[in-house]
Parts: sequence; C-alpha cells; structure tokens
Amino acid sequence: MQMRDDEVLFRSVFQSGRRAYLLVGILLAIIAWAVYAYVHQVATGLGVTGMNRPVFWGVYVTNFVFFIGVSHAGTLVSAILRITGAGWRRPITRAAEAITVFSLVLGVSSILIDLGRIDRIWALIRYPRFESPLLWDISSVSVYLTASVIYLYLPLIPDVAMLRDRLSAVQGRRSWRRWLYSKLALGWTGSAQQWRRLERGISIMAVLIIPIAVSVHTVVSWIFAMTLQPTWHSTIFGPYFVVGAIFSGIATLILVMVVLRKAFGLEAYLTPRHFNNLGLLLLTMTLFWFYFTFAEYLTEFYGGEPAPLGVLMTKLGGAFSPAFLAMVFFCFVIPFVVLAFRRTRTIAGIAIAALLIDVGMWLERYTIIVPTLTLPRLPYPTGSYSPTWVEWSVTLGCLAAFALAYFLFSRLFPIISIWEVQEGENAHVPAAEESAASESTV
Amino acid sequence: MPRWAMVIDLDKCTGCQSCTLACRMENNVPFAGQEQASKGRAIFWNEVFAYAEGEYPHVKMTIIPRPCFHCENPPCVKVCPVGATYKDEEQGLVLQRYERCIGCRYCTVACPYGVRYFNWYQPEWPTGTDRYQNPNVPLRPKGVVEKCLYCVHRLPIPACVQACSSGARYFGDLDDSNSEVAQLARSPRAVRLLEDLGTEPKCIYLKEGL
Repeated sequence: MQMRDDEVLFRSVFQSGRRAYLLVGILLAIIAWAVYAYVHQVATGLGVTGMNRPVFWGVYVTNFVFFIGVSHAGTLVSAILRITGAGWRRPITRAAEAITVFSLVLGVSSILIDLGRIDRIWALIRYPRFESPLLWDISSVSVYLTASVIYLYLPLIPDVAMLRDRLSAVQGRRSWRRWLYSKLALGWTGSAQQWRRLERGISIMAVLIIPIAVSVHTVVSWIFAMTLQPTWHSTIFGPYFVVGAIFSGIATLILVMVVLRKAFGLEAYLTPRHFNNLGLLLLTMTLFWFYFTFAEYLTEFYGGEPAPLGVLMTKLGGAFSPAFLAMVFFCFVIPFVVLAFRRTRTIAGIAIAALLIDVGMWLERYTIIVPTLTLPRLPYPTGSYSPTWVEWSVTLGCLAAFALAYFLFSRLFPIISIWEVQEGENAHVPAAEESAASESTV
Repeated sequence: MPRWAMVIDLDKCTGCQSCTLACRMENNVPFAGQEQASKGRAIFWNEVFAYAEGEYPHVKMTIIPRPCFHCENPPCVKVCPVGATYKDEEQGLVLQRYERCIGCRYCTVACPYGVRYFNWYQPEWPTGTDRYQNPNVPLRPKGVVEKCLYCVHRLPIPACVQACSSGARYFGDLDDSNSEVAQLARSPRAVRLLEDLGTEPKCIYLKEGL
C-alpha cells in the first residue's frame, strides 16, 4: 500500500476556488430554469407535458423509479460490505451513503412533480387508503429515507468531531461551521464507551437497512405489478426492480467515485482495486439483470397472449424499439464485454460501462412504463407519447440538484470516512483482509 | 338496495352519438378544442368507438358505445391513495370526490377499460356556452380525474339512456330479477368486456347478429 497523507481528506472540505463557484453557478442556473418550468406546469396544468390519454404517466414517473433505484447504491455497498467485513469498502462507504440520501429525495420530488394537484398533498395524510400501493410506497420510502439519513449520520460523528477540533485549534472566533460541527458531533470525545455505542449503532443500522431497501424497490415495482395492465402484472417485478436498482446504484457510485477522485485528488484512496472490485460487482449485476429481463420477456412471448404480445412487439420492432435496443446494448451487451475482460476492465472502461448502464437503466424504466400505456387492452385508438421541454427541463433540474447537493455535502463533510480509513490502516493486516474480502465478493 | 346496471343492445345501436352529446350537456363535460383533442386529451364520459375488422369485401363494422362500467370489483378504487374515487355500496356505483383528488392518475392507469379522463388544463367554456351548464352537476377544476357516474344526480334514468334514438340502452336494478336489465343480463347474447379480469362490469352488452 502506498504512503498517503490523510490531510488531503480534510483539504476537500476547506478548500474553495473560482471553479467551485462557477460550478455552483451553473448548477443553480439549471435548477432555476427547471423551477421556472415546474411553476409554469403548476400554473397552467399538466397539459404542458407530453402526457395524454392513454399515456397518463411518462418521464416523471420514469424519473421517480430511476432515482429510487439509484438510491440502492448506499445500501448494498455500504451495508452489505460492512456486515461481511470487506475491508476495501472503507473509502467508499460515505460516498455511497450520500448518494442514497440525495437520490431518494429526488425520487420523492419526482413523484410530487407528477401530481396534478400538489396543493392537495395533505389528503394523503388526512384520508390515507392503505389498500393503494402508493401508500405502501409512501410508508416504505419514508422509513428508508429516515433510516438512510441516520445511517449516513452515525459514521459521520467521529469525522465531524475531528473537524470541530481542527477549527477550534485554527481559529478562536466563532464561525457557523464550527457551530454546525460542534452541534452535529453531539459532544463526541472518542471515549471507549462512545466508540462501543457508535459501532453498535452502525451495526444495527447496517442490518436494518438492507431489508428496508429491498422492500422499497419491491413496493415501487408493485405500483405497476398490482394493476392488471399487460406486461406489468408480473410476479417477478419485485426482484426484477430490486436487481435493476442495485445495478444502477453501483453504476452511479462508480461514476461519482471517478469524479471525486479527479476533483479532490483522491487517487491514493480510490484505487484501481476499488474500481476493479466494483467492476466485478457490476458485471455480476449485468448478468443478473440480463437473466431477469430474458426470463420476463420470454415468458410473455411464449405465452402469446395478445395484449402482452402487442406490447412486446412494439418494443422489439415498433415505436419503442430504438429505446429498447439501446437499453439492451447499454445495460448488457457493451458492459458485459467491457467488464468481462481484464484488459478493458480499467478505470476508464468501468466508468464508460457505468455511464451506459445509468442511461440504459433509465431507458429500462421508460420502456417498462410507457409502451404498456400506449396499448390498452381494448381495441381503442392507441396512444403515443413524446415528452415536452417542460419534462426535459425538470429532469435536467433534478440531475443538477443531485450534483449540487452532492457537491455541497462534500464541501461540508469529508466525502471519505477518515476514521474508518485510519482504522483500516491501523489494523496492521490490511492486505490480507482486503484480498480475502474481495475474493468473497467475486 | 338497488344495484344499478346498464344494458346496451349492439344490434339496435346505430352509432348516432346522441348518447355522447346528451352526456356532455347533462354532465358539464368541457370542450377540449381541436388541438388538444388531436393530442388525445378530449374528455368523453360516454364515448362511441367504431372500428372495422376484416378485409374488403368482407368487412365488419363494430360500434361500441362505452360509459363507465361501474365494476363490482373496480381496479380504480383499489389503487386510489386518498379515496377520491370510491364505491358507493348503497347503489353499487363507482363515484368521484373531485375535491379530494390529488391528480396522481393511478386510477386512469389501472382501469383496464380506459373510462377515466384527466383535466390537463383548467376547463374553458367558449363564450356563451356556460349558459348551458347544468347547475345540478359540479364543474371540475384542472388536475383532477373525472368519468361517467351513471348520472347519479338523476337516477333512475341516465341522460344517455333517455337520449338514445334507437332505444338501445336499458338501465335498472340488477338485483330486481324482474327488471328489464336483469332479464336482458340473463340473455344468451349478454357479454361483458374483459370478463376474465374479474372486474365484474355492470355494463352488459347484447351481442350483434344472433
């Protein structure tokens, strides 16, 4: 292991520069434009979108499913690897947990943006009907959001205490940062008892958060699977969506890591080994995803029931075939080839595969939702859908909001868990532990 | 308690659209305008579909008027998160609470018959037409779902049944075995759409050409 100076981990929190302001400015401009588009939509009506009858759901619901899916990055990488004691997870846990929190918030926002009467949102609390899968979703997503905020916060405490102590040493005067850090540190002194409690809390949350995360994306899939609509009413939708969620979550984590590594100079922490291990995990998920997709579509094709077959045909050779074929290439064909061979499984190769997978998984959600809606069971006039500038602007705004939230978080808190990395270094046997752990995940 | 149901005799239906027109006027169904209608955003509580099957010269034209089916087991009611659409157990009708609808459009997606419509914009009434609004039926705001209610405000005769020029529509209580609809529902010509979905629609069609 190369020598490294953990100072670089603090530097990302305190440094600032013109480039940072420029980035924040650009992101704020995109968000402002999206807010304008949304206000226009609320004032005028959902008619400003491309939705119609029978395509009552479009890009917004796709974004909802996509963002909730991406939120599974934190759970899998952080919780599962923590429980299995994989040592190589240490520098990437916080980056993953932060993705979970921010993309969950955007998932919830996307479904709120889709509502025709946002002003009546209180009705969900005043007249809730738990027979509706939407209520199942509200329940599981709010539990998941709460749990993942706690799960992000607990391992942050020792690092926040370090920041608090640093600021006290450097500057005597009061500053909002120092105030924030000392509040968030909850009087952390690093006593043996505090450590014991912290480790216990983290372990409990790591175990709890896995079933919660699985339930969340299962319930998201049930929004569709509980209806009688052709190709949605499928028993494997729960696991299929969970696999897709973990798949896009890992891909997003890899993309974020590539950016952080370059932006903050974290090459000594986010090493080729991390990318290789995550690349192998991604390869596994590619195969899982292909298996589920193949099983789902073959069953529909072979049965040959007219309504599902019609939907399948519009994906294979009809209006949705470009999106569907792109999905197959982006989610399976290209990533499989890139990730399977050691020569192409480089950081650049893995990053490209991850980017394609994120685009492909968005297309997957889109081609599950929209084609079914264009082809109702009864021989009515069929529908078509093309999103408008409002929907694209809001989508872009969501991506910018994610980037901005992530950037601000990485400026306030160390994006690599400093105490966990140091704990790993002090364990004396990092090499043996790490290779054992990486083998167990392959 | 009545269990209101409709029977439509497809042999008698001429596709004249009187039902659609009467429904519009009775229920304050707003105009969508040509542009919006071409985008599939027109609202029809009662819609008449016509489609041709087969190839010339063996072409068969089928005309299907379609109100809401007021299913005994309505998929739309199940999925509504706030009870804005609900089954009125006393009359067996699927009704709407417009003031509670949050516009999530889950019901429109879940209905296998496509009987539900969404207000994409604030409904507009071209100059003068608001004079003909029916004061007994509430106007709907933008952002909510609406659909046929079997004219719950003027039972037992929905406007479409009264206006049908060929007497193709019957309306009555399915639980009264002597009623006309109950007798027709037992006819060998009686069919319900997508019966295998288990929704038990309370709109019964009498097949053509028997």
